[in-house]
Amino acid sequence: MKYTEEHEWLKQEEDIVIVGITEHAAEQLGDLVFVELPNKDLEVKKDQEIVVIESVKAASDILAPLDGVITEINDKIVDDPSIVNSDPLGEGWFFKMKLNNPGELDKLLDKEEYDKLTS
Amino acid sequence: MEDLKKTSLYDFHENNGAKFVPFAGYSMPVQYKNGVISEHLHTRSKAGFFDVSHMGQIKIWSKNNEKEKLIQELERLMPCDLYNLKENRQTYSLLTNSNGGVIDDLMIANKDLYFQLVVNASQKMNDYQHLKDNISYDFSIELEENKSLLAIQGPRSEDILASINSNIKTMKFMDSIDISLADIDCSISRSGYTGEDGFEISVHNKNVLQLVEILFKKSELLPIGLGARDSLRLEAGLCLYGNDLTSEITPVEANLNWVIHKRRRNQSSSNINFLGNTEILNQLEKGSFYLRIGLLPVEKAPMRTGCIIYLDNEGETEIGIVTSGGFSPTLNKPISMGRIQSEYLEDLEKVYVKVRDKILPAIITKLPFIKTKYKI
Repeated sequence: MKYTEEHEWLKQEEDIVIVGITEHAAEQLGDLVFVELPNKDLEVKKDQEIVVIESVKAASDILAPLDGVITEINDKIVDDPSIVNSDPLGEGWFFKMKLNNPGELDKLLDKEEYDKLTS
Repeated sequence: MEDLKKTSLYDFHENNGAKFVPFAGYSMPVQYKNGVISEHLHTRSKAGFFDVSHMGQIKIWSKNNEKEKLIQELERLMPCDLYNLKENRQTYSLLTNSNGGVIDDLMIANKDLYFQLVVNASQKMNDYQHLKDNISYDFSIELEENKSLLAIQGPRSEDILASINSNIKTMKFMDSIDISLADIDCSISRSGYTGEDGFEISVHNKNVLQLVEILFKKSELLPIGLGARDSLRLEAGLCLYGNDLTSEITPVEANLNWVIHKRRRNQSSSNINFLGNTEILNQLEKGSFYLRIGLLPVEKAPMRTGCIIYLDNEGETEIGIVTSGGFSPTLNKPISMGRIQSEYLEDLEKVYVKVRDKILPAIITKLPFIKTKYKI
């Protein structure tokens, strides 16, 4: 599992990655009440704002972690955003994407580096 | 940066897992471990405990026992009927400015020997100065920073307090009495700002922790943060000062006509004029340019403070602005309040609101969003 400074996690499964937000982020945001996901097949650039999430109090953006194409989105969290709070690393994933350059994954944070960031 | 003040219950909040945010110069709990939605629903189904000690408690009395004169002075500053406000009763009112705008909204209680005001935290120094500047030297005014203010809100509130002192059961909505709870002197009103039945308890700082420990022996009570306090008041269709009510918004525009007491609407009688009465009474008669309304977004995206309201889905004719908005845990969907130019309101059912880069529909609806449960 890899992490970004924007509190996303990325899990590689063959040639695609699954992306979600970390437990730390879910806890900091509080109860989520709204999620807007990108369209499938959207080509995205690193740091492009592609997801809007809103907690009870505020809205935030989720950025594309790397360049690539969205291959699948998790409609379940659009219907019930609380899944992100209850299971951020599992059922609460956001989208899957195919990376333009899978080698870039190595540039992201590993667990130890991410934990240091949030401690 | 200015140091944030703490209420006497800061450690209590911390021990209960509070997340703190700066609010009106105080470090206040925005939520506890369970989160805003669960705190909100607990208040609606059982009872919630709120530390609102950051709010201003102001006491005003006559040095020469001239209460009638004091009433005259106060009625020049707010449009309520203090002559007929009975002892141990309180009313919701407003401090108005000379343009008819609102300096603050507040509760004022007749405690016989004095009047007791509860005002917003953000405005309390301002209100104190305004009152001081506008009442004559025969009167004393005190901002009581040695007192805490607690709110117990929700259907189980009465039973929780009555198990400590059964006289609580005799109180009706907007009663305000001095009463002891387990030998601690309190001033309790049957009121609140959630739409629920409930109580507000004013108690000396030195006794507040002891009282809180007694209250929390009742397992149905949970501490509730400012996050749920805001969603509860929004569902109840109540104004948030600084958003739905400001120095630029008149009571008529804020849809608070009922707050202008009938006795105060008659300019020809011996009535005392209140600040801004010309503009406010004129708007009462002829209508106001803006009106506060409720909005139910059709889709799931919350429409928050500052979102622009349009007549059309192209965003060509701007007709208002969202003044409060968020998610309603009770209705499980977003709700908002906004102000709309009243000329468009007749027969208008749907408006369009810009949320980020989208223009989304919302249905104009009556307030409050939920049925209120005051023990009238």
